[in-house]
Amino acid sequence: MLRLSKLNKYYKVGAHSLHVLRDVDLEIGEGEMVAIMGSSGSGKSTLLNILGILDDYDSGEYWLGDTLIRNLSETKSANYRNRFLGFVFQSFNLLPFKTAMENVALPLYYQGVNRRRRNQMAMQYLERVGLADWADHTPAEMSGGQKQRVAIARALIGKPRMILADEPTGALDSTTSSQIMELMAEINRSGITVLIVTHDPEVAAKTPRTIRIHDGKIVNALISSQHAISEPAVL
Amino acid sequence: MGLAFLPLLLFTFIVFVCALLYLIGSLPSVRPRGVFSLFGVFFAVILSMFSLDRWGEVFDTIKRNKLRTVLTCVSVAWGIFVMVVLLGLGQGLNNGIRKSFRREAANGIYISASKTSLPFAGYGVGRKLTFNNRDYEAAQGIEGIDHLGEQYFIRGGRFGGGEMKTQKGTKANLFGVNAVNPAAFYLSTSDISQGRFLNDLDIKLLRKACVIGEPVRDFLFGHADNNGHGDGTVDDPIGQWIVVGGVPFQVVGVFHDDNEETARQLYIPVSTAQLAFNGADRLGMLMFTVGESNAEEAAVIKRKVVAQLAASHQFSPDDKQAVRVFDNVEGFAKFQQFFNVISLFVLVIGLGTLAAGVVGVSNIMMIAVKERTKEIGVRKALGATPQSIVAMIVQEAVFLTSVAGLLGLSAGVVFLGLLPKLIDTELIDNPSINIGVGVLAAVGLMVAGALAGFVPARSAAKVNPIETLRDQ
Repeated sequence: MLRLSKLNKYYKVGAHSLHVLRDVDLEIGEGEMVAIMGSSGSGKSTLLNILGILDDYDSGEYWLGDTLIRNLSETKSANYRNRFLGFVFQSFNLLPFKTAMENVALPLYYQGVNRRRRNQMAMQYLERVGLADWADHTPAEMSGGQKQRVAIARALIGKPRMILADEPTGALDSTTSSQIMELMAEINRSGITVLIVTHDPEVAAKTPRTIRIHDGKIVNALISSQHAISEPAVL
Repeated sequence: MGLAFLPLLLFTFIVFVCALLYLIGSLPSVRPRGVFSLFGVFFAVILSMFSLDRWGEVFDTIKRNKLRTVLTCVSVAWGIFVMVVLLGLGQGLNNGIRKSFRREAANGIYISASKTSLPFAGYGVGRKLTFNNRDYEAAQGIEGIDHLGEQYFIRGGRFGGGEMKTQKGTKANLFGVNAVNPAAFYLSTSDISQGRFLNDLDIKLLRKACVIGEPVRDFLFGHADNNGHGDGTVDDPIGQWIVVGGVPFQVVGVFHDDNEETARQLYIPVSTAQLAFNGADRLGMLMFTVGESNAEEAAVIKRKVVAQLAASHQFSPDDKQAVRVFDNVEGFAKFQQFFNVISLFVLVIGLGTLAAGVVGVSNIMMIAVKERTKEIGVRKALGATPQSIVAMIVQEAVFLTSVAGLLGLSAGVVFLGLLPKLIDTELIDNPSINIGVGVLAAVGLMVAGALAGFVPARSAAKVNPIETLRDQ
């Protein structure tokens, strides 16, 4: 599904160059569900940026499927994002002035799908996350969990091969968190690769595999979390 | 009709050029790409003008920020309003001046005989001069003269139009009588409303023909008196005989003139007048138009005519008072220069105001983009290309400036239309802007709007989604 080899990323800070990712090697297979953990400053956001084709890297290779993601034009990377990836954010990032349905339909707008078809599909996906009755509500009228489910529907509607979730439960209480994680797992079971960036061990515990990143290096890419951390009591 | 196609043609042309430049820009070897991407964006904007979805997006943002929208619109509308009003006033001022010059032909030169003020060829000063028919014939040979008119002053003096008793049956009144040749009509502002003006045969055959002004006709041939008696109808005067200064003349035409004073006059053939009113071959004034000549060329022609007169009447060509010259050309040229400067000044102020409006739009769009960083980040993460982001913002700017601009344009035109009712002055006549300026302003506004949107839109397209979407 995706493969990073000897990936390096530097940031220029004044005269200095900050080595953010150091020779990162990583392979994630089709249909895996993986958590990426690391403290702040560890390089996990940078990694997410690169995986999300939102940032370029300095050396190494990033293969997404059979496509080498390197030095793409802005337009091309936007197209890849649109076709391959779905994003889920901590603060949901729904457009406040659009209804749930319109929010879900937005990626299809950028694919050039016509409005009727777009709204039809948006309804299907809202149904899938159990929010069909909320289609005409704006985000302000919804709870955090509902908002995140709308965001997940939005991430799914473009039929991505991989969902990138950045602290998807960071703004939610524990009950809602586990509901969202359950939804994520369900999505994963439908064959979509799921990558969750988190610093919450409980979230990481619910993924079959956890990758720890420390000082720009991957610490335990090969160790599955099932062996590393015991199952939590609540599921 | 042709004008209606102009904007469409221009539009097609712009689309074509943008598409072409965009294609050139997308060739791998072309640099710098940034310049061409500008055209790409224009192309995208133009294409998306036909997309309902894109309009939906634009209207969404407009609805969401009503105050901002209103402020933007006001600044642009005010700018274009001021520009239109200033341009219209400039035009009105120009029209006013033209109209007041039209009282006598704008390119007319009038030369009348007076007294000498310099001794010459043995003659002393103070000698009274009179022109004659030979002067008229001599002046005919001068190149550059378009229409050469002559006038005999029946009552003497230095001015024509001396009043004479004019009778029709029991009605009699004093009206100014001008003894002229047909060419003199070109130097007047009057128009024939009935019949014809004097012609060359009238002159040659010494016909007792006359052309009367409308008030003269109404007085002599009307059925209403000052006390309101009668039915107010007016008989057809053509072919009827009236008595002017004791001599019967047949009415061959009626003329109209906006100026009441000028209209209360009659024209009779100069030759007939010389014979009937003891004029011999004397003339009081020569007048001529100089066609398309400019002020310098007109001055040369004027000097030639005066030199000829000086030679035949033995006065010094340097004598400023021997003949009186009234030159519309010079005065008109000066006035025109003056008003051209005013027009330019007005244009600069107008454009300045408009530019301030456009900068205002750019400013507001810049703030709007800052405000919408997060939204733009989301859109980019969901697969919006930078071009579609730029196009969205540019389209909004173009839409706002166009709507506001057209509002300001209409308000300005309406205001100009009402202006003559609000202020009553002869100096300003029919203040308006011509359609070409209107179309140019509209197109210019759209381009200005696009530019105003482009700079902030570029910075919006550079937004890094993850940076803006992460909560710190």
